[in-house]
Amino acid sequence: MTPTRATLRILSLALCLSQILLPGCHRKQGGVSVVGSTSVQPFAEALAEEFMVGHSTEKIFIQGGGSTAGIQAVFTGAAQVGMSSRKLEENEKALIAVPIIYDAIAVIVHRTNFLDSLSMDQVREIYAGRITRWKEVGGTDRAITVVTREEGSGTRETFQNLVMGKKEEISLGALVQDSNGAIRQVVADDPNAIGFISLGLVNERVKALKLDGTEPTVENVRAHRYQIVRPFLFVFKAPPQGIAKEFLEYVLSPKGQKLLMQEGLVSMDQNLPSEARK
Amino acid sequence: MALSSISVLALIAFFIFEEGLPLMWKVGLQSFLLGDRWFPSKGSFGIFPMIVGSFWVTLGALVVGVPLGLACAIFLCELTSPKVGMVLRPMIQLLAAIPSVIYGFWGLIVLVPLIRNHLGGPGLSILAGSFVLGIMILPTIISISEDSLRALPRIYKEGALSLGATHWQTIWRVLLPAARSGIVASIILGMGRALGETMAMIMILGNAAQMPHSILNSARTLTTNIGIEMGYASGNHRAALFATGVVLFFIIMGLNSLALVISRKGRA
Repeated sequence: MTPTRATLRILSLALCLSQILLPGCHRKQGGVSVVGSTSVQPFAEALAEEFMVGHSTEKIFIQGGGSTAGIQAVFTGAAQVGMSSRKLEENEKALIAVPIIYDAIAVIVHRTNFLDSLSMDQVREIYAGRITRWKEVGGTDRAITVVTREEGSGTRETFQNLVMGKKEEISLGALVQDSNGAIRQVVADDPNAIGFISLGLVNERVKALKLDGTEPTVENVRAHRYQIVRPFLFVFKAPPQGIAKEFLEYVLSPKGQKLLMQEGLVSMDQNLPSEARK
Repeated sequence: MALSSISVLALIAFFIFEEGLPLMWKVGLQSFLLGDRWFPSKGSFGIFPMIVGSFWVTLGALVVGVPLGLACAIFLCELTSPKVGMVLRPMIQLLAAIPSVIYGFWGLIVLVPLIRNHLGGPGLSILAGSFVLGIMILPTIISISEDSLRALPRIYKEGALSLGATHWQTIWRVLLPAARSGIVASIILGMGRALGETMAMIMILGNAAQMPHSILNSARTLTTNIGIEMGYASGNHRAALFATGVVLFFIIMGLNSLALVISRKGRA
């Protein structure tokens, strides 16, 4: 090999390495990365936008990936703040979890579905794959399209714990979508579908069912009548400092809480009045 | 330069094997490849439904893509003037440039409701996946088949025509068989592309982790299995996804080698 070729090889290697190392340097300079639950994500993004208006020199980067991914990112240090839509498991208890707001999970069906209400048992049987046609629960004779989230989802975890119970598994035949929005899209388009999403995301394109006669509303959640509820958590490895601490304080402040409640989330703080939905 | 690209490939392969092989040993090759329950949280790692899903979706893609692609290649090579070719060829290349997420989006918004309303099932199905994949592999099949047809010596065509064969007889009985090795290579490359497609498939296959019984059923492929669960998998679950990568690696390496062997045989 002539000297020039050797030099070229060393230069190209150096170029490659710099591409790998330099971006890492940039991240250390500023900005907080908030990673995790796709349920919390849209609300965190709204909060971050408001926060950055008031603090224009600070940057907050929000990323999805699911509750479990976010918690792992905090463990490894890849993110400063994790978002979770489920409680921490035993092996995650070393982390610090701060509830920022509460959210109910609504079971949704298509707008034109005749049903208004299902019992918890019926929902469990449908998701376990034992009830397969709408006729069996009082609807028309069509096959039920069951839609669920992927396994690492906090929404799914909460649904599994509070609706399915310890022993039942969600049927392998259920369609899997990777965000609340995707489930809402499938249920909004398919007259035979049933799914579960964050109450804050229910809109006029889908119908939220009453569970055991209780309608999923903010009032019913605060009164503990509707019980399929989970905390949205911000997760930290150590007590937060700097921008992360300021962001957390903003989120927990009346202004931040008001923003969240306007989006349909529920504050369990009985001193705060529940806001009307937008 | 060539050395660096080979070394990158070797590094990737080594990494995947290192992460995935121990799990395949632990679970047992047979129960991993032939087991039909994928329940990572309970320790069940059977990927047979995904292998079947990949198989059906790819087969469907070939059923859609090969006749259409071959017809297009023949059309471009034999049946139109060069001017039409000059317009059509860039448009076909454009098909290859469209990001797969756009294909997936189109499939979700247009194709899935069509299937659900007219054929039944949830619409998110193998049929939808095959159709979209078939379109995605068209540029590969068309351009390589057309090149192999063009590469044939002119005397094949001239000889057949001078012996009294019609144009179509010439194409069907002389040119296509002669270009067979190139065409087969293009099909195998299209197959490899179809097997590797992830993003569009996650959006329109429905991702149910069960054995599909009809093309209107939802399914999961080897690639979508990795794509959906990689974000949060840890420990054995993560290793199982790498092991799925090992299986994919072998399949695609095998297909590519086959394509090489067949196309070389033809040239001899």
